[in-house]
Amino acid sequence: MNTGGTRLIGAQGVSVRRKGRLLLHGVDIHVDRGEVVTLIGPNGAGKTTLVRVLLGLLLPDNGHVQRESSVQVGYVPQHLHLNSTMPLSVRRMMNLTGRPPSGAVEDALDETGSRKLLEARMADLSGGELRRVLLARALLSQPDLLILDEPVQGVDYIGEADMYALIAEIVARHGCGVLMVSHDLHIVMAATDRVVCLNHHICCTGVPQEVVGHDEFQRLFGTRAGVVTALYQHSHDHVHDPASVVQPACDEDAFPRMRSVEEVKDAG
Amino acid sequence: MLDDFFVRALLVAAGVGCVAGPLGCFLLWRRMAYFGDTMAHSALLGVALGMVLGSSPVLGVFAIVIVTALSLLFLQRTVHLASDTLLGLLSHTALALGVVVLAISGSANGHSLLGYLFGDVLAVTRMDLAMVWVGGFICLAVLAYIWRPLVALTVHEDLARAEGSPVERCQIIYMILMAGAVAAGMKVVGVLLVVAMLIIPAAAAQSLSRTPEQMAVLAAIIGVISGGGGLYGSLVLDTPSGPSIVVMAGILFLISLLIQPISRALESA
Repeated sequence: MNTGGTRLIGAQGVSVRRKGRLLLHGVDIHVDRGEVVTLIGPNGAGKTTLVRVLLGLLLPDNGHVQRESSVQVGYVPQHLHLNSTMPLSVRRMMNLTGRPPSGAVEDALDETGSRKLLEARMADLSGGELRRVLLARALLSQPDLLILDEPVQGVDYIGEADMYALIAEIVARHGCGVLMVSHDLHIVMAATDRVVCLNHHICCTGVPQEVVGHDEFQRLFGTRAGVVTALYQHSHDHVHDPASVVQPACDEDAFPRMRSVEEVKDAG
Repeated sequence: MLDDFFVRALLVAAGVGCVAGPLGCFLLWRRMAYFGDTMAHSALLGVALGMVLGSSPVLGVFAIVIVTALSLLFLQRTVHLASDTLLGLLSHTALALGVVVLAISGSANGHSLLGYLFGDVLAVTRMDLAMVWVGGFICLAVLAYIWRPLVALTVHEDLARAEGSPVERCQIIYMILMAGAVAAGMKVVGVLLVVAMLIIPAAAAQSLSRTPEQMAVLAAIIGVISGGGGLYGSLVLDTPSGPSIVVMAGILFLISLLIQPISRALESA
């Protein structure tokens, strides 16, 4: 685990009120270099609102965000409502706002294993291909901090684990920090250094093992939290202490790629 | 040569087509065709108010179209109505109000009302021609200048904003360009058909293009052909000029539908 890196972004006491509803209340969050922070919470918990505040797209009613101007941020939005009426190739998408030096686009696509898509139409991409292209786009600016809103949106189950492995690989290679947003619990927890559980306020935060045992987490995710607890213990038992694996509720073959995530993180 | 009313009309129609095509692409991409229609319909009210207040109709059109677009954006945020309901409401109210105000002011007899509704390009003056060409040139130059950020915000507003594109500024500039295009297009095809000049050439260009830039250039070319070809057709067949131009654009759209499968077949062969 990477700890004690320099602070890339920090927010203190962030509150956002819209139409009389308190979307965020007194939220503190920070991301350091080299760490993967996952923001989880149910739908409508204010996750994307918090991301927009951190990106400077939304001014909070209270609190403030600190980010050195030297910190480059790569952003992957949750939704890309690609209108099929706009003819847009992946190459053009990569050049959307900047004019990267020659070869940079190809290198970035290489890194996410999507170079073969360079001339493909954006509208023809599958969910997983789209996520990889968007991730490559975010890498173009040589970011210190990656902000990924639902990085596995529209990705199938196997692809999900691959995606988290890829993110871990990128962190290891670039030494950047990552803030991931997810409403999904299972695999994301294993690929994370720190989990921040949000439901308008910060419910709990800490390393995954701590968070899954937390009362508020259990209350928020109900029966699904139990599955995560089992899964989380399973993955650690598996890696560190194979002799004590007794988890009948959790079939090892159901999560064959769990290990690769862990291995990549250990290597990094 | 410019003394010939038909040559003037031809140049105005081609000029408007050339500007409307690229601008119309954004109406397609942002699913704003009805928004454009609403702006166009409100133009009649602009003409009426311009006459009542004694200023030039073009100025009235320009102002009212921008006011309509702004109030639309405002209402979308504050009134709890579906977007299409709101657009339909505003679009037709503005059109009806325009006809009513024109009637009250007594400044339009039946003939010129028809001219406003369906265009009267054969009546354009040298002054109109100069305004369309100079205005059109400025419009295209500005569009080229804001092109990249405008495309970026069309793909994803927050992404564009996060990467430093001037989103709000580009949106406002685009709206002003649209207002100008509506004011000019009104002379050619009238308020009821202006939006056709914006969206049909763009729609025809869409299936033949691989990048947004190709689509804009192609839409401009198709717009010019629609304007020129439609007007020539109206001369030969003795049909109303504005609607003939739109029919020509529609025919070009049909042809574009045929070209796509043919070119695909050639590629794979």
